Amino acid sequence: MILKKKVPLIDQHDKYGFWGGKFGGSYIPETLKKPIDDLTISFNKLRKNKIFLKKKNFYFKNYIGTPTRFIKLENLSEHLGGAQIWAKVVSDANGGAHKIYNATVHALICKSMGKKYIVGDTGAGYAGKMLSMAAKKFGLKCKIFMGAKDIKRQKPNCDAMRKNGAEIIPVTTGSQTLVDAVSECMRYWVSNCDTTHMCVGSTVGPNIFVKICGWSTSQISKELKIQIKNEFKKIPNKIKLINCVGGGSSAYGFWSEFIDFPKKQIELIGVEAGGPKKSKLHAAPLSKGAKLGVLHGAASYVCQNLEGQINETESISAGLDYPGVSPIHCFLKDTKRAIYTYATDEEALKAYKLVTKFESLNPSLEPSHAFAEAIKISPKLTRDTIVIVNSCGDAKKDRDILKMRLKTI
Amino acid sequence: MSSPIRVAFEKANKENRPALLTYTVAGDSNKKISLNILKRISDHVDICEIGFPHNTPIADGGQIQTSSYRAIKKGIKINDIFEIVKNYKKIKDAKPVILMGYYNMIYQYNENKFLRKCKESGVNGLIVVDLPWPENINFANKCKKNLVSFIQLLSPTTSLKRLKKIIKDSHDMIYYISMLSTTGGKLKVSPKQILSNYQRIKKIDNKKKCVIGFGITEKNIDKLKSADGIVCGSIICKEITKSITLGQNPVTNVSKLVKKLKKKII
Repeated sequence: MILKKKVPLIDQHDKYGFWGGKFGGSYIPETLKKPIDDLTISFNKLRKNKIFLKKKNFYFKNYIGTPTRFIKLENLSEHLGGAQIWAKVVSDANGGAHKIYNATVHALICKSMGKKYIVGDTGAGYAGKMLSMAAKKFGLKCKIFMGAKDIKRQKPNCDAMRKNGAEIIPVTTGSQTLVDAVSECMRYWVSNCDTTHMCVGSTVGPNIFVKICGWSTSQISKELKIQIKNEFKKIPNKIKLINCVGGGSSAYGFWSEFIDFPKKQIELIGVEAGGPKKSKLHAAPLSKGAKLGVLHGAASYVCQNLEGQINETESISAGLDYPGVSPIHCFLKDTKRAIYTYATDEEALKAYKLVTKFESLNPSLEPSHAFAEAIKISPKLTRDTIVIVNSCGDAKKDRDILKMRLKTI
Repeated sequence: MSSPIRVAFEKANKENRPALLTYTVAGDSNKKISLNILKRISDHVDICEIGFPHNTPIADGGQIQTSSYRAIKKGIKINDIFEIVKNYKKIKDAKPVILMGYYNMIYQYNENKFLRKCKESGVNGLIVVDLPWPENINFANKCKKNLVSFIQLLSPTTSLKRLKKIIKDSHDMIYYISMLSTTGGKLKVSPKQILSNYQRIKKIDNKKKCVIGFGITEKNIDKLKSADGIVCGSIICKEITKSITLGQNPVTNVSKLVKKLKKKII
């Protein structure tokens, strides 16, 4: 398994859509073959179309508000000693998280394909909130599929979705979280693919959805590369890019421009959700060695039992609470370009507490997992090491959970 | 030698009616009941489709999901499913069996081992919902080598060009999905339209036996009786659910229902 240089990772798949010959693909019912082929053709044309790109760039700049800040966390670095800790504050983006990039691109694709309806799945509610925003902005009718458990724990985002005129469809099957929301959304699309466009909220699902999402979030590392050069005059010799990984959309976006660099110079660290310290359940297929399986139309490492039934997951962070992971992260793991670890619920909460104590930053529970890793490793590193954390979401949505759980930490 | 699936179609054809295919989930509502259902409906059915339940089904509607979750909750394992097939096949005049499910379960069990078990237990065909053509070509060939028919699915969205290629690679039977829907949706296309699409398929290769499924009920089954075969699934799963809710015997109720369905197409 070899990574190619100078080719975007999203394009390094074979003709059946597999990365490294085994991750990804399109395991879909026959009914979805045509809509997925149509979408693939449209996307391949649009990504080369100057007018479309101009439109995308216009909305990225004026609607999403790029670039997002790249800041040094002076106080946290001082407190921990060791490496310099920086943050890419992606939560500055309109709506408060990286999910807006993918949502905006999907809304633009939907419009250019002449479809008036758009549907999407959501876990933490950010993908749903952003899709509802983009749908409103571009005049599309929007339905969001969300697990009933997540609706309860991410109320602020649900309120936002409804305010934007989207209909939230509660999913009450299975564990009532993201995995069930994605299934239900796909089932809805099977029945309505002639009039409706589907947005998959992360770099998961059939091949084309991995590509569209990765193409959209790569904006993050494009900005970061320029910002690093501006800040340090050149790309420093020791960088660690730390990102949380659920489906893996923000991590891919945060890393895509840096994959070609030697890993000694730029290390990529993905942090999955280890779940509650005392629980056997988790959402960390990469770092806990889950087996290869097929989930939601793609082959990836999946938390599953011996029979191939998908396991229940558990995490304080709804956005990371997913049994599968992007095929491109499986590829990055097996080619050893990125390393993956996990943080427990408790570690993420502690990290949140520490970051917010020292900095005027309010990372949601998802990036708090990444901060947990940064906090863990930074004291042991030298001053010339640049640790950059993608603060990819804002904690407004987590206010209820944080209020309840911080007392116990 | 003709395959048992083909023979079943020929028999129905001689009787001047479509073949009746039923779909039930293995282990719904438990192993014993699902086996008894198969035994009881066997006289009225031409081919039994048996679902191996998966907990993340992306193409099943509510009724089959309910049946699947019920079976999984009771702890059904793949080996139990083969055991059910084996026991069913022991009865006199057992009908051909087609297993239907999602690829991950076959993949985890191991393709070769799965097909070996199919052969051993008497499975005649296989439908893998999320393994479309051309990705399924290798696996379909493996099936053929093991004397298991791989059943290709066709849908209203399948282009003519694609239809031709898929039909060319298909085995004895092909499955036409009546409409854009998960299983058990309300029939939103007229039977006339469905049959016109069906004819388009038959025109490409008249010899391949084509069944119609998705959204078939007591009310519409007779309107599709010019097809080679008709599949009833969700309506049966619904009957099992109803029987359990009412505290009635699902075996008796399903058998009555299947008899009724059969009557409509004679």
